[in-house]
Amino acid sequence: MWWHAIWRKPEWKNWPLIVTQIYRLGVLSVVITVMSGFSIGAVLALQGYNQLVRYGSESALGLGVALVLVMEIGPVVSALLFAGRAGSAITAEIGLMKATEQLSSMEMMGVDSLQRIVSPRLWAGFIAMPILALMFSVVGIWGAALVGVEWLGVYEGAFWSGMQDGVTFSDHVLKGIVKSVVFGLVITWVAVFEGYDCQATSEGIASATTRGRCIFVCFGTGTGFFPDPYHV
Amino acid sequence: MQPRSIEIVVGAFILAGILSLAIIAFRVSGFNLGNETSSYSVYARFENLGGLVVRSKVSISGVVVGRVAEVSFDHETLTALVRMEIDSDINQISTDTTAAILTEGLLGGKYIGLSLGAEEEFVTDGGELIDTQSAIVLEELIGQFLLKQF
Repeated sequence: MWWHAIWRKPEWKNWPLIVTQIYRLGVLSVVITVMSGFSIGAVLALQGYNQLVRYGSESALGLGVALVLVMEIGPVVSALLFAGRAGSAITAEIGLMKATEQLSSMEMMGVDSLQRIVSPRLWAGFIAMPILALMFSVVGIWGAALVGVEWLGVYEGAFWSGMQDGVTFSDHVLKGIVKSVVFGLVITWVAVFEGYDCQATSEGIASATTRGRCIFVCFGTGTGFFPDPYHV
Repeated sequence: MQPRSIEIVVGAFILAGILSLAIIAFRVSGFNLGNETSSYSVYARFENLGGLVVRSKVSISGVVVGRVAEVSFDHETLTALVRMEIDSDINQISTDTTAAILTEGLLGGKYIGLSLGAEEEFVTDGGELIDTQSAIVLEELIGQFLLKQF
């Protein structure tokens, strides 16, 4: 069913549907992503500085914050936000469509609901999630620089050059991007499935929304950590 | 919202994503598009590297002039063989230059410091620095100090 939904997609007449979904899932999530990215970056810099300055190694602040944001927190936290903001909206929407029998009436009219409803959402999540994660990391690093360099007075040169020395594109940045792509896929996949599979009652929609989010939170926090210590 | 403005906003969103990727690539990870400055290789052998790794700095008078490109073990001389890549505009390293493994600060990372010699001949690509100083390992120093005490 999943492959069916994905492979049906690359048709140009369905492109507007994807664009609308990117707008609803991605663009409307930008504000919470950017806000939390900024505050997490700022907090990391503040607390990291307080610990590092005891050993006189506050110049490592930039590197530490950048690695943590790009590889770990960026993909995972923005995925959790995305699951809460967009994933549950997808589940609720599809669940309500099912409860009000819109899906069955589409079938009656000969419209393929997988193609019309499911696959634009899958593709939109797949496209929007990495972009949100990248924005999260950039804003987080900016927030960290603002707190660390402008406010706490870490030497600017050491902050940025330490970061550029320690972070490599292929090793660290790509790892973060791959993570966020996988998360985007899993979030929308779980959300769409839960919506499609829910009991066609208002109670069923409520529990499907919660379940979809819980599944992802377990998956995301579980798998977000494991690839790193083993250098996968 | 009108479909047209949705499309524009989505376009801006994707552009912002590409921009973020560019910022991360260039500003954060120091990614450069193959325009690496040309460099030449110089070898040096050390008794003990003491934590020197690939990508460690090579500096003269504290100015970074290159990086450690390769670390291997030489089975003939039973020492560590280090290949350094030095920027090609630094072309006046005399053959009697000393290469020492130093530490940044008390607990920082290891780097190679070159102190230039007086010889008129300069090292060329693939040349070797004979005069080397291994890393100072703190534990060994403490051990020696304790031995002297008793």
